[in-house]
Amino acid sequence: MFDEDKVKEIKKAREEWEEKFVQKTISHFPERKVRFQTDSGIEVKRIYTPEDIKDMDYMNDLGFPGEYPYTRGVQPTLYRGRFWTMRQYAGFGDAEESNARYKYLLSQGQTGLSIAFDLPTQIGYDSDHPLAEGEVGRVGVAISSLADMEILFDGIPLDRVSTSMTINAPAAILLAMYIAVAEKQGVSMDKLDGTIQNDILKEYVARGTYIFPPGPSMRLITDIFEFCSKNVPKWNTISISGYHIREAGATAVQEVAFTLADGIAYVDAAIKAGLDVDEFAPRLSFFFNAHNNLFQEVAKFRAARRLWAKIMRERFNAKNPKSWQLRFHTQTGGSTLTAQQPDNNIVRVTLQALEAVLGGTQSLHTNSRDEALSLPTEDSVRIALRTQQIIAYESGVADTVDPLAGSYYVEALTDDIEKKAMEYIKKIDELGGAPKAIEKGYIQREIQDAAYEYQKAVESGEIVVVGMNKFQIEEEPPKNILRVNPAVAEKQKARLAKLRRERDNNRVKEVLAGVEKAAKGEENIMPYLIDAVKSYATLGEICDVLREVFGVYQESVIL
Amino acid sequence: MDRPIRVLVAKPGLDGHDRGAKVIARAFRDAGMEVIYTGLRQTPEQIVEAAIQEDVDVVALSILSGAHNTLLPKVVQLLKERGAGDKLVIGGGVIPQEDIPYLKSQGIAEIFTPGTPTSESIEFIKAHVRVEA
Repeated sequence: MFDEDKVKEIKKAREEWEEKFVQKTISHFPERKVRFQTDSGIEVKRIYTPEDIKDMDYMNDLGFPGEYPYTRGVQPTLYRGRFWTMRQYAGFGDAEESNARYKYLLSQGQTGLSIAFDLPTQIGYDSDHPLAEGEVGRVGVAISSLADMEILFDGIPLDRVSTSMTINAPAAILLAMYIAVAEKQGVSMDKLDGTIQNDILKEYVARGTYIFPPGPSMRLITDIFEFCSKNVPKWNTISISGYHIREAGATAVQEVAFTLADGIAYVDAAIKAGLDVDEFAPRLSFFFNAHNNLFQEVAKFRAARRLWAKIMRERFNAKNPKSWQLRFHTQTGGSTLTAQQPDNNIVRVTLQALEAVLGGTQSLHTNSRDEALSLPTEDSVRIALRTQQIIAYESGVADTVDPLAGSYYVEALTDDIEKKAMEYIKKIDELGGAPKAIEKGYIQREIQDAAYEYQKAVESGEIVVVGMNKFQIEEEPPKNILRVNPAVAEKQKARLAKLRRERDNNRVKEVLAGVEKAAKGEENIMPYLIDAVKSYATLGEICDVLREVFGVYQESVIL
Repeated sequence: MDRPIRVLVAKPGLDGHDRGAKVIARAFRDAGMEVIYTGLRQTPEQIVEAAIQEDVDVVALSILSGAHNTLLPKVVQLLKERGAGDKLVIGGGVIPQEDIPYLKSQGIAEIFTPGTPTSESIEFIKAHVRVEA
């Protein structure tokens, strides 16, 4: 970027400045800390100059938006053409209630749907399963069969709205239901646009809603890759998620490293299953978190993009530029929100949403102010959506692409995060790849260590959380938090009983036998799942068949 | 006190968010307690069985799924049924303030909500546990 003589000149001038001005100032006014650092332990210097990016080669390291290595973004014009998709993660109670919430959000200018499923659904149990007691409709919507799914999307045209579904272990079944609902609406699957999370590796590491062991789980995932590449070409077949890894306590560097390591594992598995890399890689998508440190987070997104481009091109020899592009959804950091003075969360979310936009995200969920207390109320989620709209329409930050590029600090941080993440990926390669590193507990332990260090830093006051460990006030318990109607579980049970009574149960037996045969064999399982859901076999029934064939994963507890 | 306090840290229900459980387990251990962590997806029956098998003094339940009003009282009730009602039961997680009086009336000694320093739960245990030598 800069010629050597120029850099030498700058270095000399900086040293003089430090001697002449900085030392004097510090002797009168000491700096707040001896060492400044981001929450990834990256040292933050007093100032950044061309010295910090002297080796940068503009064309190779940055290039132009829409061009390898995509540091500046995956699209040439980014938000000048169209804003990111505003996609609030929502769902609670039963399908009727959630349908109403989606329609409300769409009426308020949300541009995509994001479905939150309750825990029984995420773990493949019907609402009337004994283990579902107390959990039905609590953290998302309860979906036990296609009948629920039909209500969930009633009046929502699936050829015009893109839908993201946060579902992992039973992702193939929920995708089958989505395809079936669309067909009933007269929308063929090649027109469907959306994402299933479908990221099982992060479930073993950070979130815990796994069902099957890694082997069969990976097979379900590669079956989805293959089926969609032929039949649902616009569908994002996976959202490789750093979000939960970060929420579990990882640093920004770990978030990039462990997410991309998982991505490498999926690409490896698909190639091993006989797929051509350029056939499925363009439909891989990512999901990142946005925590509080603004510059670090922007640099993180840029570093992740550049690193993934290199991995796909150099490691996997992908030829299609679409295979090199890291497209990502962002959610603001749930664990950064405080139960104390919840309105402060609006400010945190604003900063975090800004980071995602400055980092070039493709879609965004902004958390609501009351999420450290419960699921959000309608008022809270509207404010969260308005936060995105104000950034989009009023702030001007969407008018140019990658506006922080060229900042000495941001470029130095981008390099640093990429380098440190690469070191982790090398370490994981040495352990035999992400699945092996998870099996050995390596990734879990790294995350837990970071989580515990963070907690200690908060308790010692080294990390300030406004309103929580500093600037506290006496507070009344918050009012107007969302309560999920406890009658939902009973309603769901009654609906299931009716379904089991009225459907063609002989047909259900046949389709379940088909699923069993496909699971035991090597054929792609998706067509059998689509058959099964169309005959109203329930999620729990289908998962029971798969549990029987595949077995159930047992967590190895690491403390 | 002749022996260290023994604590069972458990995650009742289907919720997989275990950051808090693992952080508190480490904090208890650093405070000199003996900690057993059950891992995810434990039924109240499994938790009570583990508490009795491991002969713990404290059962610390972490829950963020909203199922607390169902699952937490059930643990206390089952402990009583098994003659282990003297164990100190505490809870933590995303639990609305307005649910806390009910949970306490059901025998949960204290509820720690987000933002509570680990030292506070440690002090609480030390002040309230009954350790049989």
